[in-house]
Amino acid sequence: MTEKIRRILKDHGRLNKDALALEETADLYQAGMTSHASVNVMLALEGEFAIEFPDHMLKRSVFESIEAMRGAIEELTKST
Amino acid sequence: MAIGIDLVMVSRVQASLARFGERFLRRVFTDAEIAYATSVPELGAERLAARFAAKEATIKALGLADRGVGWREIEVAREQSGKCRLILHGAARAAADGAGVSELSVSLSHEGDYSAAVVLAVRPEPQHVQETTQA
Repeated sequence: MTEKIRRILKDHGRLNKDALALEETADLYQAGMTSHASVNVMLALEGEFAIEFPDHMLKRSVFESIEAMRGAIEELTKST
Repeated sequence: MAIGIDLVMVSRVQASLARFGERFLRRVFTDAEIAYATSVPELGAERLAARFAAKEATIKALGLADRGVGWREIEVAREQSGKCRLILHGAARAAADGAGVSELSVSLSHEGDYSAAVVLAVRPEPQHVQETTQA
């Protein structure tokens, strides 16, 4: 799952660092991800993992690191 | 009082529309916003970019980044005069009410490939610890 998240970040995150080599806990907003880029990342994650982020999960903290996104995706795939 | 600002590249909004289409539109914008933005096709992307900026500027002004607010809960409405105003729904409304926000004002701007928005929120100042330091 982590590799898929990294690939999506590389394609949509507009990071100023290599998404494939980033620490899992690195702050993606500090790495240049804008709010608009985070929407694209979210939509790509939804497509990749066949999930939908409910409004209450649309938080900065959910998308701030690879680790945080993985946790959110695991939570969503568990409940479906 | 609090302000928020955001700047969005129109071409990136166009890219999101090309890549994600209706999913991007319906996730971020209300029906009324989409209807207004797409009423003039050549201005659609810049109008959407400005509205996206307004939503982000509102999130900043009201400190909503970690409140779990959907983008459609922050809506830009356009009055007959051309002046825009913000309408909050759901969790965004509840957060603004909870913070005692009495007025919200938004201003949009476009220049070439950029759209920007500034939002001003009038609210009581958070209680600060009384300063006891003497000069």
